[in-house]
Amino acid sequence: MTLEFLGISKTFAGKNSGESVHVLENIQHRIENGRFVSIIGPSGCGKTTLLRIIAGLEKASSGSVLLDGKELVQGTEEVGLVFQEYALFPWRTTLQNIEMGLEIRGVNKDKRRSTAMEYIKTFNLSGFENRYPRELSGGMQQRVAIARTLIMNPRVVLMDEPFGSLDSQTRNSMQEFLLGIWQKRTDTILFVTHNVDEAVFLSDEIIVFSKRPARIIKILKIEYPRPRDRTSEECNHGRRNVLKILEEEMKRKESVHENRRDIL
Amino acid sequence: MKKERFLIPLLLILIWQGLSSLQVIPSYKLPSPIEIVLGFKDLLMVGVPPGHLLHNHILYSLYRVALGYAIAALLAIPLGLLMGWSPVLLRMIRPLFELVRPIPPLAWIPIAILWFGIGIKSAAFIIFLGAFFPILLNTISGVLSIHPILIEAARTLHAREKDIFLKVLLPGAVPSVFVGMRIGIGIGWMTLVAAEFTGVKEGYGLGYMIMTARDIQRPDEILAGMLVIGVIGLLIDIGLRAVELRMIRWR
Ligand SMILES: Nc1ncnc2c1ncn2[C@@H]1O[C@H](COP(=O)(O)OP(=O)(O)O)[C@@H](O)[C@H]1O
Ligand SMILES: [Mg+2]
Repeated sequence: MTLEFLGISKTFAGKNSGESVHVLENIQHRIENGRFVSIIGPSGCGKTTLLRIIAGLEKASSGSVLLDGKELVQGTEEVGLVFQEYALFPWRTTLQNIEMGLEIRGVNKDKRRSTAMEYIKTFNLSGFENRYPRELSGGMQQRVAIARTLIMNPRVVLMDEPFGSLDSQTRNSMQEFLLGIWQKRTDTILFVTHNVDEAVFLSDEIIVFSKRPARIIKILKIEYPRPRDRTSEECNHGRRNVLKILEEEMKRKESVHENRRDIL
Repeated sequence: MKKERFLIPLLLILIWQGLSSLQVIPSYKLPSPIEIVLGFKDLLMVGVPPGHLLHNHILYSLYRVALGYAIAALLAIPLGLLMGWSPVLLRMIRPLFELVRPIPPLAWIPIAILWFGIGIKSAAFIIFLGAFFPILLNTISGVLSIHPILIEAARTLHAREKDIFLKVLLPGAVPSVFVGMRIGIGIGWMTLVAAEFTGVKEGYGLGYMIMTARDIQRPDEILAGMLVIGVIGLLIDIGLRAVELRMIRWR
């Protein structure tokens, strides 16, 4: 499914008519069907906000999101979101968390149980189906969160720094696991990260955001064949590219400060 | 079992029995432990008033508490969920409750008797009042303590309001609801006995029983009855805690 942003801007109104926060500035881009696209940008620039708008949890101040050319309907089954904080239901076991969406959809018990068990197997969660989230490691919790979203078969999967809090070993294996899953499906993935290495390893395309208010400052196509080697010259080259752009963006802000000092 | 837990109580009982046997403590004021045990036997076999046996007193008291408590829980839990869910409802209803809540349940006895007469309805109403507010307030705070991201997670799984209510708010509030239920039953049990002091139509009830024992000058039976009240209160709490532990294993 293609995902298109038409001039999306977002400003949060300040509380008690205090100062408002301008977060997204005219985000304009089209993501082709089945692509793995990462967004990278300074923290606090508005990445999560963009995902929340696509997921229908937040309204854009202006602009719109198109799915296959049609205006996004709030609460559409075509979009799934994996939260940065996992957001698992602590009172539900692994199995019950993964089943939740099917339960809401009204799928009968036998059917949703068998479907969930398939996901449990695919996601290497066998043996943990009756554990509660607090009994699981971070990597497992993240897999439950991803399975809970994917079982709904969304055509666009949004992931918000899903591996941000994992140690680098677990992170690497989760990245490979995710690619394995994605290559068997036809979903479009929009993946937020602040990790350049991760973005280059995973993506077909990297969107680089500016500092807040976020604008798209660069779109990089990463066309190396998969499976990729993190240590290859190509990946190094990709990383250098992204880092250079990010560094320039940081400098831009610093120079603004310097100018201000000159004025004072 | 750790033996030292029983050391001090056992010692005190022995001293108490010794002082009673030496007639240092007058038996008509404070009967000896042995006399209390015999009083307990009389409560069981003879009854106060005669023929009104202990187990029937217990059953009537439990029945009154169960009735008032069940109504309190059935009203307070859904209402608390609604109030926690809707800020508007919370703002609208809260002032009313803030006004009513500080009135001690026992202060309602006169008006309860006026409304319901002497009997099970009055007693159940008093227990209802004692149990209702702790359950309500804890249910509300249970809902408010649920992280908003869990509600959003449910929404991204296409939950309707009904699903959010039943699959997120209700289970998420359970630990706090149980806190309220345990406080509620404690207060309910306490107010019951006091409510029975004011009279019961059926001639049964633990509060009624110990007041009758006073009328016929049986301090041994009064104290035995008090112990029964305490032990039952404890057993109820233990039972509820066992249910609670099963319900919140996920914590
Ligand atoms: N509901 C909100 N109200 C006001 N400001 C918000 C709200 N949500 C996010 N923000 C602000 O918007 C900015 C961007 O947030 P976010 O999208 O979470 O950034 P990122 O995910 O890129 O780190 C932050 O400065 C944040 O404080
Ligand atoms: Mg974020």
